Amino acid sequence: MDIVKIIAITGSATLLLVVFEMVRRGRLKERYSLLWLFSGCVLLVLSLSRGLLEYISRLVGIFYPPSLLFLLAFLFLLLITLHFSAVISGLTEKNKQLAQEIALLRQSVEELRSRDTGGSSREDA
Amino acid sequence: MARILIIIPAYNEEESLPGVIQDLRTRFAEGDILVVNDGSRDRTAEKARQEGVAVVTLPFNLGIGGAVQTGYRYARAKGYDIAVQFDGDGQHMAAEIPALLAPVIAGRADLAVGSRFLTPGSYRPPFFRKIGIRVFSNVLSAMLGMRVTDTTSGFRAANRKAIAFFERGYPEDYPEVESLVLLHRGGRVIEEVPVSMRDRTGGKSSITPIRSVYYMIKVLLAVFIDVLKK
Repeated sequence: MDIVKIIAITGSATLLLVVFEMVRRGRLKERYSLLWLFSGCVLLVLSLSRGLLEYISRLVGIFYPPSLLFLLAFLFLLLITLHFSAVISGLTEKNKQLAQEIALLRQSVEELRSRDTGGSSREDA
Repeated sequence: MARILIIIPAYNEEESLPGVIQDLRTRFAEGDILVVNDGSRDRTAEKARQEGVAVVTLPFNLGIGGAVQTGYRYARAKGYDIAVQFDGDGQHMAAEIPALLAPVIAGRADLAVGSRFLTPGSYRPPFFRKIGIRVFSNVLSAMLGMRVTDTTSGFRAANRKAIAFFERGYPEDYPEVESLVLLHRGGRVIEEVPVSMRDRTGGKSSITPIRSVYYMIKVLLAVFIDVLKK
């Protein structure tokens, strides 16, 4: 049982440290670190406090308290991936708009340029 | 006189594009032509420029939806009254454009869709495609409260209201069916016009037999989700 506790504490503490360090170095934006930090904190608190873990396990009817940690970790991962899917959807839309905008701008630049030179620069566009 | 833009979305259509533009020039000279080069890897853009038409080149392939929407954005920016969607593969006929435009110019419809199936016996699709076409047609007819026969037709004419609507939002992967549902829900009027179409003159259809099942499921799902959207 103690080994489970040690693994759980080390795991969640490492997660927190890694995420924190990535934010500090600018590898991860704060906006995308919040869910990770929140998950890490909850898991760390539950790993440290045997009483709280057992109390919540009893409430939801889990017989082996450490499996509550697995359940929560799994739920957090689901939440985070869903969040990423939403973020990717938003980025895809913005990416498309940017591509369209660039294409249209480039066309009007070509048009203006060929008008300036009397329509002779069509080929070099 | 209404200002008309003909939008040709083109992805790797270097073979058929010059013929398509020639067809438009000789049989429907009233429209300006815009080729939306959807990140082609062949010489689509050069061929179009050699023909002297306007070319908008997307930096990478967005798919038919993104390309067509680019055309609608262009139409709106330049203040065109009507935008005609015209395939770059040669299956649409320039001679049919006046018929397609009629309900839009008359003010009866915001979007006119050219249908192959209103003239009996003119087009016989392969068996599986026929089933798919019938499913879409039935589902869409029920949703729109009107008979639609050719839901996947990319031969369309849009007035200013429909252009503005599509500029704001246009579906992505297989947009023809979905765009009808969205436009209808946006309160715009759609009308089908009987037209004939040719067999393709070059390139390959993007819809292979294996993909068509995926296509059907995806589009039906998207259409049902559209109805639930706010």
